[in-house]
Amino acid sequence: MCATSPTRRALLAASAAAGAVSLLPGDSAAAADGNTVRPFKINVPEAALVDLRRRIAATRWPDRETVTDASQGVKLATIQELARYWATDYDWRKVEARLNALPQFMTEIDGLDFHFIHVRSKHENALPLIVNHGWPGSIIEQLKIIDPLTNPTAYGGGASDAFDVVIPSMPGYGFSGKPTTTGWGPERMARAWAELMKRLGYNRYVAQGGDWGAFVVDQMGLQAPAGLLAIHSNMPATVPTDVNNAAGAGAPPPAGLSADEMRAYQQLIRTFKQVEYAKYMAARPQTLYGIADSPVGLAAWLLDHNDADGQPAAAVASALDRTASATGELTRDEILDNITLYWLTNTGVSASRLYWEYKGGFFNAKGVKIPVAITVFPGEQYEAPRSWAERAYPNLIYYNKVDKGGHFAAWEQPQLFSEEVRAAFRPLRRP
Amino acid sequence: MSATRPTRRDVLATAAAASAVSFLPGQLAAVDDGNKIRPFHINIPEDALVDLRRRIAATRWPDRETVNDRSQGVQLAKFQELVRYWGTDYDWRKVEARLNALPQFMTTIDDVDIHFIHVRSRHPNALPLIMTHGWPGSVIELLKTVGPLTDPTAHGGRAEDAFDLVLPSMPGYGFSGKPTGTGWNPDRIARAWAELMRRLGYARYVAQGGDWGSPVTSAMARHAPAGLLGIHVNLPATVPPDVAAALAGGGPAPAGLSEQERAVFEALMTYGKQGNSAYFVMMSARPQAVGYGLTDSPAGLAAWMLMHPGFVPWAYGENPEKSPTKDEVLDDITLYWLTNTGTSAARLYWENGGQSVVLAAAQKTAEISLPVAVTVFPGEVYRAPETWARRAYRNLIYFHEVDKGGHFAAWEQPELFSAELRAAFRSLR
Repeated sequence: MCATSPTRRALLAASAAAGAVSLLPGDSAAAADGNTVRPFKINVPEAALVDLRRRIAATRWPDRETVTDASQGVKLATIQELARYWATDYDWRKVEARLNALPQFMTEIDGLDFHFIHVRSKHENALPLIVNHGWPGSIIEQLKIIDPLTNPTAYGGGASDAFDVVIPSMPGYGFSGKPTTTGWGPERMARAWAELMKRLGYNRYVAQGGDWGAFVVDQMGLQAPAGLLAIHSNMPATVPTDVNNAAGAGAPPPAGLSADEMRAYQQLIRTFKQVEYAKYMAARPQTLYGIADSPVGLAAWLLDHNDADGQPAAAVASALDRTASATGELTRDEILDNITLYWLTNTGVSASRLYWEYKGGFFNAKGVKIPVAITVFPGEQYEAPRSWAERAYPNLIYYNKVDKGGHFAAWEQPQLFSEEVRAAFRPLRRP
Repeated sequence: MSATRPTRRDVLATAAAASAVSFLPGQLAAVDDGNKIRPFHINIPEDALVDLRRRIAATRWPDRETVNDRSQGVQLAKFQELVRYWGTDYDWRKVEARLNALPQFMTTIDDVDIHFIHVRSRHPNALPLIMTHGWPGSVIELLKTVGPLTDPTAHGGRAEDAFDLVLPSMPGYGFSGKPTGTGWNPDRIARAWAELMRRLGYARYVAQGGDWGSPVTSAMARHAPAGLLGIHVNLPATVPPDVAAALAGGGPAPAGLSEQERAVFEALMTYGKQGNSAYFVMMSARPQAVGYGLTDSPAGLAAWMLMHPGFVPWAYGENPEKSPTKDEVLDDITLYWLTNTGTSAARLYWENGGQSVVLAAAQKTAEISLPVAVTVFPGEVYRAPETWARRAYRNLIYFHEVDKGGHFAAWEQPELFSAELRAAFRSLR
């Protein structure tokens, strides 16, 4: 019913035109048997940006919340200020250029188009790494780790720390295709990522994820496809069954927990009270018509994700006041880059379906037997104790607790995050 | 950020202008002490309707659900058809005229403006009755009971079945004011209703409610204000504590349930497992986060309301013989839109603090000693067994399970619903 809004098809058409004059990446020439990897460029029509600004300016607002904090959701004054900036000074073209400066591709796997960024290191023997984003994130969360990981010598690392980096958009997210049928949960995604790495010619690689990415890399770990050496998770699933059940029911903790474990149990209690958005999307994603039709509705919904320090996440809330950062902390523009990506690709609802697809537990141990590395960031949903990590992942090759960063670790602390990934996978590199 | 939208204030200003030339209802002259009751008329500016249609026409849709049923929520194709009709042929002015044909008033109670419909029966000795709507309803879901309840002789009843009817809009709903502070939970609404009935001069009255109206009405019974004789609820809070505990723990059913009780237990388990409580959980936690999309997008608002499990049998008004019709449901949704109450209405869940409306302990039914009447409609999301009703309400004066009607009983089966109220309250006259 809206003629001015570009469809994803229009965006993809722009990319197909770009692809026609582009070259295939070296490794994938061999796989040009229907498994074609096509170069991809983003070119959002100006009309889509005009329409977005027009819609933001025409926002009809609810009255103010009846509390003085964010306990009912993003505060009216907060989102009004963000919307004002979004409709006037914010510039999508900057992040579009930044994305287009990276090698981006599209390939069809299991009947669905997958968008991914693929940056090879200039260093020999770089270790291939696939990094999986989460919700309410996207590949935008990972942009700041690309350089430190692929070009470590410019970021305090050695040449032997280099990675070739693959960053896919999950199905229903960003520029990837939207599934039209059911079944695209973390298990199927894990199989798709293994196929993607195979298609790119990688026969020894590692995988990393937080949030939904953590679920997907756990599944990759369970499936243990040929070539996957290890996984690194910054939201590991380590919680023992009895603790998970107690925390889920709000019941007293099992006896005998250590101080670290008790702290984690208390964090889980808090987290389970802040995941109504997840329960909602798991139940009725298709009723979120408001986030498809209203930019502010979408922004408020995406901003409402919690971290250990608040809901909305403290790291995100503080970013809304930050116009620039020399050290990598989140800025207002980055928050809007991510929200605008959801808007322009009209993926608010398709992304939320991932919650509907997934029927398993959140943080319960999944039984991964391959080598696993874990970094615990203090602002994460819960700080996985080493004791639980060792039980959940019998082949734990790395465990480290760092002193800053939260749920959006790669986005919030790209340098530290990259150092962790280097350290975590160091033992797996060929001498 | 929009200059074309009428605020609630504009709407009320229109009403105030109307009231300047209007009369006070007879009995109210005596309470003209700051507790004024002002006549009220609705007159939505044409601009607001034009803006609504414009927004509907500009709806940006998500892609289609990935299933062939309602399990992911309101299905795109059917919903688009409804929204298209809403933006073209639907006429708000009809229901506006219907509402304005009824005596409507505004009065300030506990610092919030309360809108209400007040229809006196022409029959002497009519029993005063205050009925409370729910979410996603409004006074609109109760309109079809006005005739049968106030004018029973025209609807198969007798003169001595007559009621004087008071239909308030809850705070944050419809044309009532929106609380700007916290605390407007069902208990506080119950106290406001007692004050409203006092202000109207009613010294002996009864109360009725389903959905949110049920906890509000139950709270009235707990408070037992002077004059309240008894209550009737069609979503009774009767789930016993042992059953509630089993449900919370994901089963199994407690030992010793009858066949019927076990069936109800299983139905409640299934209801939860199928995700039907998600809207309740979400609005209880984050009404403001939910609210932005409902406030800015007519389709967003409509889908959020139609997702209520009570609408499952409605089937988008396919059968024009069946109440509520397509227009009637759109009347209700449009009322939410025009009064911009999507967010303020959702806050009632937050205020309620996640208390279940069907658990006896959560609604403290043990504290109720006033007479309670219950009608169970078969399509209700919870079909209370009589055994549990007797445990929950020590003074149960009426229990009846009828053979048709669902969650929106007054809307779906107004004649049957009215007959139930007559029977339920007969002994209190």
